[in-house]
Amino acid sequence: MRRLAIFGGIYSNHLALAAALADVARRNVDAIYCLGDLGAFGPAPDRVFPLLRDSGVVTIQGNYDNSLALGLPDCQCGYTDPRDNSFARLSYDYTFRRTSPKNKAWLATLPASLHLEIEDLRVALFHGSPRKMNEFLWESACSDAFLEYLLDFARADVLCVTHTGIKWHRALPSGRHVVNVGALGRPENDGGTNVWYALLTFANRFLSVEFIPVVYDYHALAAEMQGEHLPDEFIETILTGWWTTCLEILPHKERARGRF
Amino acid sequence: MNPPRVQLSHLDNLWFQVTGTLCNLACTHCFNGSGPGVRTFDFLSPADVRRELGHAARLGVREIFFTGGEPFLHPALLEMLADSLRVAPVTVLTNATLLPERIAVRLAEIERASSYSLEIRVSLDSPNETANDAIRGAGVFSRVLASIERLCRHGLLPLVTVVRNWPLEDEPEILASFTRLLSDRAGYHRPRLKFLPALPLGRELVRIGALHDEPFVTEEMLGGFDSDLLMCSNSRVVTDRGVWVCPLLVEMPDARLGSHLADAAPSYALRHRACYTCYEFGVFCSNVSPAIEGATPPAAPGEP
Ligand SMILES: [Fe+2]
Repeated sequence: MRRLAIFGGIYSNHLALAAALADVARRNVDAIYCLGDLGAFGPAPDRVFPLLRDSGVVTIQGNYDNSLALGLPDCQCGYTDPRDNSFARLSYDYTFRRTSPKNKAWLATLPASLHLEIEDLRVALFHGSPRKMNEFLWESACSDAFLEYLLDFARADVLCVTHTGIKWHRALPSGRHVVNVGALGRPENDGGTNVWYALLTFANRFLSVEFIPVVYDYHALAAEMQGEHLPDEFIETILTGWWTTCLEILPHKERARGRF
Repeated sequence: MNPPRVQLSHLDNLWFQVTGTLCNLACTHCFNGSGPGVRTFDFLSPADVRRELGHAARLGVREIFFTGGEPFLHPALLEMLADSLRVAPVTVLTNATLLPERIAVRLAEIERASSYSLEIRVSLDSPNETANDAIRGAGVFSRVLASIERLCRHGLLPLVTVVRNWPLEDEPEILASFTRLLSDRAGYHRPRLKFLPALPLGRELVRIGALHDEPFVTEEMLGGFDSDLLMCSNSRVVTDRGVWVCPLLVEMPDARLGSHLADAAPSYALRHRACYTCYEFGVFCSNVSPAIEGATPPAAPGEP
């Protein structure tokens, strides 16, 4: 039996990351993977880096990390709505300014994907999708047929991604799996203040997927964000569990479940 | 000079031109010349749609779009939407003038019965009734708002799309007007609004009096360009007269690729001015992420 803890979308939420790592430490896990997007949204981006390194988390690059590493002018989130873009710009400029050159250089060394072999299953880890680092894989916008194609494309039996911020798992007609591990950085637009990571247990070529809620001191995070003059809209999301920005990219079902 | 060829890299978007070019409106900017009594293309049958859905599923289709003409002129549209939602998420592009209570109720039921999203894309042109109806026809504005109200009341959040026909500096004001309008007149308090570029095609080309002076796409232009942004690399259109390479080229005989998806040609040479429009404006009808600069290109596709 092998067990992996996988998370992504940390968005500078070092308090949630620390809480998740403490939870993982109690669960007899063989390895920990982070699927990228270390910065964005939250305060003091440099704080997540030592936490990841000290816990031996194997990390791949997200679009945010790619932008910071290459010194690009934006986060490549691909928003088209002007309001969404102005919030994305605020948080990117803040994160860019406050991430140390050393940490940016480390982001540049991260691979865009990882391919593992676990209990005879081929497991592929990507940030967005196997074909594009910033492609959104939302549950209600991905047909089974398309996911089977992505698994062929990645030559995998199990595909793990993040980037959207909302978790899901689908076992496909072929017996293969796609898991969106969700995000540690902000709650998933369901009115809860907790965040999530995924626990994948492999036994005899059989995979079981469990999503673990992470409760952390979100009031402390909100206070830090206030101290850094980050937008009130972001702080509201941390305090209420409802997304207030970057909603335009949500498909109908995911949008209808939220408040805004 | 040979026009550059673009391969279908993957069928992300399958379009059904379900009512051909038949529409109950004759908007002044229609890109494919649809209107009342226009039968350049005719209706698809539910059997046509089911056959192509089967093939598209084998190709790994991601998303399905219904367009026309006006899709709700088809008496079997709801059946075809439900069939499609068993395969993939669905978007229907409508003028929302033919959505009485009974249809709104059924749409909401069909949406709830699927694990995939059903997007109802409603076209408007202006937050001002007179300006809107000058483009779309008398009385359209109030009928559309009544339809949006019905959809919202049944739990659907239509995507209101507007072709940009104002200077950029007016955008915040226009956005605020639309938001107010949808809230006040349709009870839509968290409107999903999408502004689209005006495409110099079809009647719009005539309307703006444009000269045919856009350049053609060349091999050089495609160098370093992410061709995933071109519809021909990720989309196909099924009509009653065969499969076309993209929704913008259905008037062009050479853009017909075959009679069915199963026998459609896998690539297309970009020999039309409309190809330049697509190159310049990008995929206006679906949400494709822009390319990642400097990111490692993905591994070559595996064999299915
Ligand atoms: Fe991302």
